Order: sequence, then structure tokens, then C-alpha cells
Amino acid sequence: MARPRAIPTTADAARLEADQPHSEVVRFDASRTLPLDSGQTLSPVQIAYQTYGALNADRSNAILLCHALTADQHAANPHPVTDKPGWWDLMVGPGLPIDTNRYFVICSNVIGGCMGSTGPASTNPATGRTYGLDFPVVTIRDMVRAQNMLIEHLGIETLFSVIGGSMGGMQVLEWTASFPDKVFSAVPIACAAKHSAQNIAFHEVGRQAVMADPEWLEGRYATEGKIPRKGLSVARMAAHVTYLSEAALQRKFGRELQERDQRTFTFDADFQVESYLRHQGSSFVERFDANSYLYITRAMDYFDLAVDYGSLPKAFADTRTRFCLVSFTSDWLFPTSGARDIVHALNAAAANVSFVEIKSDKGHDAFLLDEPEFFATVRGFLEGCARARGLP
Amino acid sequence: MTTPALKPAREDAALPFGTIAEPVSLRALARADHLLIAEMVAPGARVLDVGCGEGELLRLLIETKGVDGRGIELSQAGVNASVAHGLSVIQGDADTDLDNYPDDAFDFVILSQTLQATRRPKEVMENLLRIGRHVVVSVPNFGHWRMRAQIVLRGRMPVTKSLPDTWYDTQNIHFCTIRDFVDLCDITGAKIERAVALNTSGHPVQLRAPWWFWNLFGAQAVFLLRRN
Repeated sequence: MARPRAIPTTADAARLEADQPHSEVVRFDASRTLPLDSGQTLSPVQIAYQTYGALNADRSNAILLCHALTADQHAANPHPVTDKPGWWDLMVGPGLPIDTNRYFVICSNVIGGCMGSTGPASTNPATGRTYGLDFPVVTIRDMVRAQNMLIEHLGIETLFSVIGGSMGGMQVLEWTASFPDKVFSAVPIACAAKHSAQNIAFHEVGRQAVMADPEWLEGRYATEGKIPRKGLSVARMAAHVTYLSEAALQRKFGRELQERDQRTFTFDADFQVESYLRHQGSSFVERFDANSYLYITRAMDYFDLAVDYGSLPKAFADTRTRFCLVSFTSDWLFPTSGARDIVHALNAAAANVSFVEIKSDKGHDAFLLDEPEFFATVRGFLEGCARARGLP
Repeated sequence: MTTPALKPAREDAALPFGTIAEPVSLRALARADHLLIAEMVAPGARVLDVGCGEGELLRLLIETKGVDGRGIELSQAGVNASVAHGLSVIQGDADTDLDNYPDDAFDFVILSQTLQATRRPKEVMENLLRIGRHVVVSVPNFGHWRMRAQIVLRGRMPVTKSLPDTWYDTQNIHFCTIRDFVDLCDITGAKIERAVALNTSGHPVQLRAPWWFWNLFGAQAVFLLRRN
């Protein structure tokens, strides 16, 4: 589909974000390289981040938010590319559970991402071209190491809390294991200590869809001015189903037909659910980089805290962090059993832990939606932690 | 911060002119066995409350004894309410979820009015004594004279104010008397450091009485135990 070059598209705007984001940016030169789990080293490193609220005088009220697979640092402000509200604008803001009147909230784009932190869509300074597959494979721990560089840069020694859902929850767990003394409290939501075989399988379907697109060009699509829209769109459609639940799909769409009275006996989007998924796919490809999708899904697949630390209780040995785990009843991507495994390991470490399962039929995505009991949990937990930390 | 459930119930009621408002203390509203348990727990201790409900006892212990308190509760509603009040509580089961805790993980482990609802009370007791340096257990006494009277005179399973459920819908599946519980302490190697029986109005039954007297007149008993 040819587009007149003069009119910048959403995709064009998204691509600009990779190097020059609409965010605060910190750049680390060759004097501060990022060692990676793969054995490689990343340099230079750029981290794009947003902050909300104000850091107090003794720098004790900072909360780090960790975003999920396809989200970014724009947690509580309109998105610069899509202009949609931030992904957690129900949770983060003045008077909200993560209250920006009380806390200094930081959210950074993960490395490997495409919204301004160094990733496959960034320009490789060594070649002057987009990294593409020359970008090293990164892990959840690498993402957390990069976040730690940002936190040090901001002059924060201890985070009051690290909070995140899904892949963000994995980062929260990694934070507590990698930097136990820097995390006063942690809220891992809708996540697990390892990516399950089923979840790796879904990710592999998505990656194969991207790589099967002829416009993917072995990852060099950016330098050729192309986007593997079809492949990435199918990947997103398949993944999106895993974020919902059968009940939610039934309630939202049932077998309703899309703007027609009867079946067309074609492969058109007859059903509303088809039309909805196609829209999810096509809007996603405009804002998200296909190679980033490969890299970040890979990072999630590789996540297994027990393997990295010998066992799950060892990952949390002697932890003094206060934990609050949250799962949702209809989340089949990260079911409650995964949260319970973490709770048992934390009990074995005699850690201070709360665990709440929220009743919801909205599936994995429930953590991004209006769930009053979930909000009450986060608010109450942070309130208790603030008392323990002596925060006003 | 004052927690809502422990607020005096009538704080908003207008007081008649000229009446001096008596400050209603936490203590006046708390359950009798909770007050006794709070008295047994050392200040600043690390405490696990097994079967913590909505966290009433934990809040009392935190506010009056400054303990580092945690809880386990079977009902998800109880857990969610507790966490929303800033308490560290997990959803779990005394029968299955105590195994994960290491030995001596807590200074005090509390099992308040819960033992009779577990599937394997003996194993639960052994676990409590393993993970806590001290264990506080309160049990309803099935040997109380009212209970005995209902069985002997009416030929019916007892239903009382404090145990109001009929036999077919009660959660309580392993009832015992005070003397039975003392036997269980022997069997599980628990040393009784202190024991107090409370009557139906929550007042201590005569302190230096023989077990048979408590067994007849105690509605419930609170024991402070440790591993022998």
C-alpha cells in the first residue's frame, strides 16, 4: 500500500520515537556499558523514561513502574504516537492508588523496546543504520540492570516500591532478587517466576508469523523502508486472545455479526470478534516495532528465576522486601498457581508477603482495567508500606 | 491510623448534653480471647496469625504490641479485606500451607478458634510448634456444662451462642474439650507455659482450679505453648 511520503503516518511517528522519544532521556556512553546475560555488552545505552509527582528531600518516595510486553514508559500520560490515555492512568495519578501527590513515580521503556530506550529499532552508532537483528538478545535481568542504571543516575538509593504486571511483574521479581537491598516493597501482578511452556508456545507462534512475512526481510525491513505489517498483525491477534478470557469474549462479542444481517459465505470479517481482532492487529503494527516484538517475547521466554538463582527460595533468601502478589481468577496466561508458587517460596524465606487473588472474568488484561478490589489492594498495601517506611 | 473495624461503633452518635464522653478503647470492643492473646505476645515480636479472618487480632497486636504481624486466611474475602488495610496476609490453609515455612520462622504463631476446623489438628499443631518459638492456641471447649447438658438431657448436638451452626453446616469438624487439648499438647511435645479458661462472657474462670473444673465451666481456653 503506497502512502504519500509527505504526510507522516502513525508508523512514521512511532519510528521517530526509537531514537528521539517524546520523553526524558538519559544516555550512557562507553564509560558506562551494560553487561548482558548473553555475555555481550551493550553500549551506548539510551533509556527513555517518564516521571510523575515529586521526589522528596530524602529520596525515599520513589516508585518504579515496570511495563508489560507491548506497553512503554507512557503509563499515566497520553501516548505521543497514538494519543490514547496512558496504560495505567486508572492506577497512577493524584489521589489514585499509586498516588502521585505522595510518591515519585518513574516508568522507563525497557531496553529492546521501541519507544526510546536502546533496542532493535534504534540507530546503531557503529553503522549509522537501524540495529535490526544486530541488536543483542536481552533478558528480563538485562532490562532490570538498565533500569538500575537509570535509578542510580537519578540519585535514588532505595526504591519505595517496584510495581508491574505481566512482563512488568517478572521485572519486579527480578528486581527483588538482583537488588534486594534497593527494593523496600514489591508488587508483582499477574505474573510468574518463569514463563510456562504454553506461553513460550504462544510467543513462538507470534514470532513465526512476523518472520514469515516477506516484508520482514530477515529483520532488515527498516533500512528498506518496509514494515512486516501482516506478520506482526497476526502475532498481535493471536496474543490478544490470550490476554482475554472466554467469558470476556462471550460477553463482549458472542456470535454477533459485524455490520451485517447474515453470513456472507466469504472469509470477510463476518463476526464482530474477527473485526475486533483485525483492528487490534492493524493498529498495533502502526505503533510497535516488529523486531522489538521478537526481542521482548524472547526475553520473557528466557525468564526463569529458579534456574538463575539455583531455586526459587534461594532467589528470595534473606529478603527484607515486603511483597504483595496479585493474580486474577480468569487469567489463563499467568494463572493463580504461578503466584502461589512464588508465595510458597517467599514463605520458605520467611518473607513478609501478602497475596490476593482478585475475582474477575476479564482475563490477563484485568490488571489494566477498572477492578475496584485490585485498586483497594494496591492502595492498602502501599499505605501499610508507607507507615512502615515512615512516609507521610 | 485507626482502622475502621476497630473504631468505636457509636462514635458518630450524638451525646446527650452534659454527658461526659468516655473514650471507647480498642480493648473494650475486641474479642475476649484476642485481648488475652495480646497479653501473651511479647512486644515487637514476629507473629504469624493462622486463620486471621479479616485481621482483627493482627491489627490489635500491631497497634498495642507493635508486632511484625503476618496472617494466613482461608477465605479470599478475608484476605483481600486484610491486605486492603495494609496487613501482610496470604490466602492459604492451615492444613497444607504451613509446611513451607522454615523452623523457628516466628516468635509467636497464633491459632485462634481455628484448630477445630482443620482436617488434621495433630499435624497442624506439630507444624505450629516447629515454625514458632511460642504458640498461642485458643480452642472452644466442647466439655462445657451447657454442651454436655444439650447432649445428655436433650440428646442433641450442642448449638450455642459462640458455636451457632448446626451439625450439618458447621466448619468445625474436630471438636475437643480442654482436657482433650491438654492431651494433644502431651502427644505433640508441647510444654504449656500458661493456660487460661474463659467463661461464656469472656471472663477468666477461677485461675487456680483443677482441669476438671475448667473443663466444666470454661467456654474456651487459651494456651501459651512451646516446644518441649
